Amino acid sequence: MWREFSYWLLQYRRTWRGTIVISMANPLLFLLGIGAGLGHLVDRHPPAAIAGVSYLAFFAPGMLAAAAMQTGFLESSGRVAMAAGATGSYRAATTTPLGPTQIMGGHLLFMAFRIATSSAAFVVVMLGFGLTDGWRAPVVLAGALLTGLAFAAPAAAWAVTLRQTRRINSVFRFVIIPMYLFSGTFFAVAELPRWLRPLSYLLPLYHGAQLCRTLSLGTATATGTAVHAGVLLAMALAGVAVARVTYRRRLHP
Amino acid sequence: MTDVSLVEARGLTKVYPPRGASAEFRAVDGIDFELRRGEAFGFLGPNGAGKSSTMRMISATSPVSGGTLRVLGMDTGTHGSRIRARIGVVPQDDCLDRELTVRENLHIYGRYFGLRRAVIRERTAELLDFAQLRDKADEQVEVLSGGMRRRLTIARSLINEPEILLLDEPTTGLDPQARHLLWDRLFRLKRQGVTLILTTHYMDEAEQLCDRLVVMDGGRIVARGAPRELIAAHATREVLELRFADQDTAAQKLRDRALTDLAGGRLEVLADRVVVYAADGESALAAVHAAGLTPLTALVRRATLEDVFLTLTGRSLID
Repeated sequence: MWREFSYWLLQYRRTWRGTIVISMANPLLFLLGIGAGLGHLVDRHPPAAIAGVSYLAFFAPGMLAAAAMQTGFLESSGRVAMAAGATGSYRAATTTPLGPTQIMGGHLLFMAFRIATSSAAFVVVMLGFGLTDGWRAPVVLAGALLTGLAFAAPAAAWAVTLRQTRRINSVFRFVIIPMYLFSGTFFAVAELPRWLRPLSYLLPLYHGAQLCRTLSLGTATATGTAVHAGVLLAMALAGVAVARVTYRRRLHP
Repeated sequence: MTDVSLVEARGLTKVYPPRGASAEFRAVDGIDFELRRGEAFGFLGPNGAGKSSTMRMISATSPVSGGTLRVLGMDTGTHGSRIRARIGVVPQDDCLDRELTVRENLHIYGRYFGLRRAVIRERTAELLDFAQLRDKADEQVEVLSGGMRRRLTIARSLINEPEILLLDEPTTGLDPQARHLLWDRLFRLKRQGVTLILTTHYMDEAEQLCDRLVVMDGGRIVARGAPRELIAAHATREVLELRFADQDTAAQKLRDRALTDLAGGRLEVLADRVVVYAADGESALAAVHAAGLTPLTALVRRATLEDVFLTLTGRSLID
């Protein structure tokens, strides 16, 4: 597993500088723009659901979860499909002592590394804005990592079966992006019409956003955290379980 | 160890389950073969004959559907990882990382085998010489020619000092010069005692490289033996190839008198030419002329494995 991980790490050495800049610049721009613009507007008439904190402090952890989801999906889907293709890197690894499960495990480890590093950059920016406490930062980061993996593992299990990568774009456009809007990332789900709320509870990102937000604001309850983390963990584990089968079928046909 | 067969297959079968619109597919249909240490063994056959499926099963990257397969004395189903640690595989698509350099590709592959960095460094130097890629060591694979990439893939497959090297269509898509260079490298490996297993649909490649081979068609083995034995058993010494302006009429005329007049020759009518198998090609040609036929071109040559395949299946190797 470490051997496959070290392959992706070696690959990453070519591009890591660029991704570090992006992982810092993205949250910086988002938090600046939202904080100065939208935040200013909202904070003049704060809704009950986010009473007590600035809009920016409310929004940032939700955005962190959404960004972790996006990193998890993008680091997984397209790259997995390419690596599993006829000339992809999985093909070379398959002819070595590594088995399909080790290849999958190593790549997931690298995805976890990417989610963790980009989320860490986000959390550092949040700390810079004074949006969370230093001692809460590690658990917020753990929440973001779990959110990212809840998407990365199922995406890998699915993408390894693909012969073409076109469908990945559709999923990104019609599943991932809408999830941003209805998962309580930009606003509390309580603001949604009553009939729409149960739908939000079904969205995995809702649990990611709630997990990160409650941990960041220090309002987490034991039950809430257990439910949110449980849903995300179940998704990640289910993804791994399915990936074990789909990786074996694709790499050892 | 010398008498242990390196690879032993009994009733080996591969069936792919139905997928989407395509039905269940029996790619390999109960084949037997045995491989000895140090030999070069070939699977010859057209595309879809089951060669690649057989290779994947031998390399323990595709489960066996039926029969038994032992590689290096181990079962491929239960000892896949241990088998893969001791063999080398040169896939048809090179599967090199084009963004990494030549050296990095060797390094990462060595790491997959769990080799120590110092060992990889040492072997990389030797393999770069072997593959004649020393000057290109720090170039990205992207800029290499097809022949260089294939040599790099072979070098990469040798990083674990394999006892068996499997090559799937090693020279497909290469120009003649690159092919000869590659053959030369493979001869060297053979001299060093590496057992080679290769698939090809080029008869000249099979004749050049293989000590023994099996001819496959439709998932079955249709003939086996040394190249010269196969030619002697299934083809005549000489072959006369004829092209006619009106092939159908000419072929019919030849058929009518073939057995009596063409010095015992046998006819094979292909899409673009008529092939006459005869002990003496020149006298067969004389008989064709005597029949009042005037071919556009006539060529007398020695029989090859292509003719063996044609005789056995009535089809040409390269469609």
